[in-house]
Amino acid sequence: MDTSWLSVLPLPFLQYEFMRNAFLGILLIAPLFGLSGTLVVSNRLSFYSDALGHSALAGIAIGTLIGLQDPLAALIIFSILFGLAITMVKNRGRASTDTILGIFSASAVALGIALLSRSGGFAKYNRYLVGDLLSIQPGDLIVLGVALLGLVVFWSLAYNSLMIFSINPALARSKGIRVRLVENAFMAIIAILVALSIQWVGTLLINALLILPASAARNIARDVRQFHILSLLFAWISGISGLILSYYLDMASGATIVLCSAVLFALTYAFTEKR
Amino acid sequence: MSESIPEPIACACKHPLHQLKVEHLSVVRDGQTILHDISLTLHCGEIVALVGPNGGGKSTLLKAIVGELPATGGVIFKDNHGKVFIQPKVGYLMQHLEYDRQSPLSVADLLCANRSRWPVFLGHSPKNLKAVLELLRQVKAEHLIDKPLGGLSGGELQRVLLALALDPLPDILLLDEPVSALDKDGKQLFYELVRDLRDRYDLLTLIVSHDLDIISQFADSVVYLNRTIQAAGPMQEILASGQFLDAFEPLRVEGRRI
Repeated sequence: MDTSWLSVLPLPFLQYEFMRNAFLGILLIAPLFGLSGTLVVSNRLSFYSDALGHSALAGIAIGTLIGLQDPLAALIIFSILFGLAITMVKNRGRASTDTILGIFSASAVALGIALLSRSGGFAKYNRYLVGDLLSIQPGDLIVLGVALLGLVVFWSLAYNSLMIFSINPALARSKGIRVRLVENAFMAIIAILVALSIQWVGTLLINALLILPASAARNIARDVRQFHILSLLFAWISGISGLILSYYLDMASGATIVLCSAVLFALTYAFTEKR
Repeated sequence: MSESIPEPIACACKHPLHQLKVEHLSVVRDGQTILHDISLTLHCGEIVALVGPNGGGKSTLLKAIVGELPATGGVIFKDNHGKVFIQPKVGYLMQHLEYDRQSPLSVADLLCANRSRWPVFLGHSPKNLKAVLELLRQVKAEHLIDKPLGGLSGGELQRVLLALALDPLPDILLLDEPVSALDKDGKQLFYELVRDLRDRYDLLTLIVSHDLDIISQFADSVVYLNRTIQAAGPMQEILASGQFLDAFEPLRVEGRRI
């Protein structure tokens, strides 16, 4: 894939191919997070993303253990199964959701570290912890592009039901919405999304990227349309400015992007306080 | 049995539903009988009050009618010609809607998401907005269309949720203590709306309530429920029966306390 056309933009670092790829990567990752974040921040669904982010390590470990060259497939399958297990225990269990999630994510992290650290080789998996946007390849960009397309289609088909579910599950049930199906589908989508982007943004920061742009948008939006527009906009702004800053300041790109979103959140929060 | 003989029906109702028949309905949960052998026949255009002590099974009966709870016995919806509805549409307004008041959702977002497949994050078509405005007009809330859901007062929210329950027009409207959080004027206004809707659509309406003032004013008939049906009949008859009023006394006190 030839991306040299990007160097016409007035951004000197785009003369490097890896920076062009990272730039395109963030242009694709930002809307993935900006869009799904709008529902992740609603208090009925937020808990998945954090646990799924943490579970990724275990998925990678299992994939590596069974000898896969690219642990992505194992990661996706494990994340979905993990998410389904959480919904199942949550919907029938008596323990509080927080407790269940704490147990699930702590066990998954422990399992991941235990398996990956066998014979002392954990260091090479560091990129799954902090992510490395600059190592993104053209093939990965295609995967992310397909994922974005898939998310947009899913969102267009399922958003209305998901939104009513996020207001109140009993209300959704009374309107004939199949809540189990909707909840599990959403969980699976987030699981896939987390699995696909974990190596670019890292286990530690992925939840922040999901939550921050949408939370900032939520501070000032008045309806669902504004909420989506602002969330996408904030995700792009913080993604691009974070990437540029990380280049000039020579810092980890994922962390810089999260800091940019945090600043946007603080600004919109101040605006809410005044309103 | 007599089921096979079509009943002679002289019903001028505007609503397709003619009759709701509950036959020998029982609900047992965790080995405990919550409802025992409930049989009732209700008709279109009626406002029926379900009263009785807490834990007497009022909400359970509503849920069993909707089919949300496993129950034995029958719940049969029939139209004017005795034909059975396979999937009756139910409008259900719950006692207390718990939701995130910070969520950026407008009243139009909620009502449009409910009535159309067009994703609401892309905005609303003029056709949908017109339909939503018409819905809101029926509950005297058209001025709320652009308000955020989190900014509504208790009474406004219940009117918006009533509009939601009316789309699509249900075969039966179930109201589970819908106004327990409202003040006296709010309650009065809400039940006037419910009565208007009944008058307009001949909608069969079931209300769970503890409020004797409201019931005596708006209900046509009363079912007194405490695990079984203790008494049922037209409002005036039931009010006149001393035994029933005795049973109602503690509720009356509770109603004032709220």
